Amino acid sequence: MLNRLTISELSQKLARREVSAREVMQACLDQIQRVEGKLHAFISYNGADALAQADVADKALAAGARKPLLGIPVGMKDVLAVKDHPLNCGSKILGSFTSLYDATAVSKLREAGAIIFGRLNMDEFAMGSSTENSGFGPASNPWDTTRIPGGSSGGSAVAVAADECIGTLGTDTGGSIRQPAALCGCVGLKPTYGRVSRYGLVAFASSLDQIGPFSKTVRDSALILNAISGYDPCDSTIIPEPVPDYTAALTGDIKGLKIGIAKEYAVGGLDAAVNSAVQNAVKHLEKLGAEIVEVSLPHTEYAVATYYIVATAEASANLARFDGIRYCARVEGADPIELYCKTRGAGFGAEVKRRIILGTYVLSSGFHDAFYVRAQKVRTLIRQDFLNAFQKVDAIVTPTSPTPAFKIGEKADDPLQMYLSDIFTISANLAGIPGISIPCGFTANPQLPIGLQLIGKPFGEETILKIADAYERTTPWHKEKSPLS
Amino acid sequence: MPTEVDVKYVAHLARISLTAEEEQKFGAQLKNILGYIEKLNQLDVSHIEPTAHAVPLVNVFRKDEVRPSLSNEDALRNAPAKANGLFVVPKIVE
Repeated sequence: MLNRLTISELSQKLARREVSAREVMQACLDQIQRVEGKLHAFISYNGADALAQADVADKALAAGARKPLLGIPVGMKDVLAVKDHPLNCGSKILGSFTSLYDATAVSKLREAGAIIFGRLNMDEFAMGSSTENSGFGPASNPWDTTRIPGGSSGGSAVAVAADECIGTLGTDTGGSIRQPAALCGCVGLKPTYGRVSRYGLVAFASSLDQIGPFSKTVRDSALILNAISGYDPCDSTIIPEPVPDYTAALTGDIKGLKIGIAKEYAVGGLDAAVNSAVQNAVKHLEKLGAEIVEVSLPHTEYAVATYYIVATAEASANLARFDGIRYCARVEGADPIELYCKTRGAGFGAEVKRRIILGTYVLSSGFHDAFYVRAQKVRTLIRQDFLNAFQKVDAIVTPTSPTPAFKIGEKADDPLQMYLSDIFTISANLAGIPGISIPCGFTANPQLPIGLQLIGKPFGEETILKIADAYERTTPWHKEKSPLS
Repeated sequence: MPTEVDVKYVAHLARISLTAEEEQKFGAQLKNILGYIEKLNQLDVSHIEPTAHAVPLVNVFRKDEVRPSLSNEDALRNAPAKANGLFVVPKIVE
């Protein structure tokens, strides 16, 4: 059952030549064969291509090559470009599009020796919190297939939680890595804005989007982050900070670190089991030697409203390129305008249309200042809240999601309720700071995972990884396997 | 004052054709969302600078040099309609 192992475990076995990369990849393909019919984590995958990459890795291993991810299959959210592979962004509008180049995160993973594998299911253009908005049909939660896996990177979380892949990449604009990681019971990390190049990531909201890893352990996320971080001449918003070895921070020692709890995060609608798991986790961190400090993030209640103006405004501009001229499944019209309208009307799903229309509205003449500029100003206040809090603490701890995974269809007709479930994750994107979700318990019946979020300072990935790892080492939650793994 | 959105007009600005059913549904949902968003009016932001990017950005320059780029064939690879090395579009000028 090689597919059940972690990157760290497999790397050792591969280096010692106890197992081959082909065997690892085949184990993942066998697992996909067994459970994918119930999960739909992948929109598509190319097993032959993956096995061919595995053979190349095996040759390198036989020649004594040592690379941090050599022979490790890493799955890709369907919004990241992989040369000559399909790219659909979970949407029907892109038709039979294939990528012309690798995203920088993908080429960096290749340099580290990883096998680039699969097109993981997602909410269309990363707009959603449940993967129900996929143009290819929803994915299911491996703990209970009648429930959503979270979103938008639902497929990336499911593939890891169900042992279909060893690690995956997702993207996080308002919680799209952390929330599905929480609901599926794996680790998910959103790096600081500007840590990982966005070149080759199809843009949803350019000032918020960030690529990050899903994995079975905190150490594995650190390994993937090592590989994908750093300067890229193709992304003008990358911050040229040096990339440390993130695994060096995983000492298990968090004595004296100050961890904040925000009083504003005691919101209504917080599930009792989630609340008690998070309270216990905070006590546990205190037992490990951290100092728990109360902090205030006074503008928390405005984060969701701010986000849905900023993100939709940026999306309305970014998604203008899907017009049926250079790519897309075109619907002909008498003139270009009619062609655009028909192509976009037929190709986009309901949530994408809703958000483009909202974004167009808040940017339109007469409303721009009242909505968009005001939201950008509130964004300043939200960011300032965090910078003030981080004067006092090294990290902030919160639940990742206010509830465990809900039933497929439960919130489908109420977009506002769906948006409000992002309350704990959205602020980190607005402030541009990193966040990680790790397993911290389960609900009783049905057994569903609960996630703990740690939010860090700008470029504070080492600190949140250190705390997350110290917690993981001394708790059993990450070892629990879903019924479908 | 939950704002009434002229969905048909805004959808045209966004170049998206909607069915009558979608217009009605989105109208009601957007009214609901905008009602929630009005929350932001509770704050006095008159002296606050807007944030466009969370991280301060500086202009990034590079030398203007000829480098390898997409071939004509690759650039047209995903085109829904092409001819003579060009994208085909509906007639624009009479």
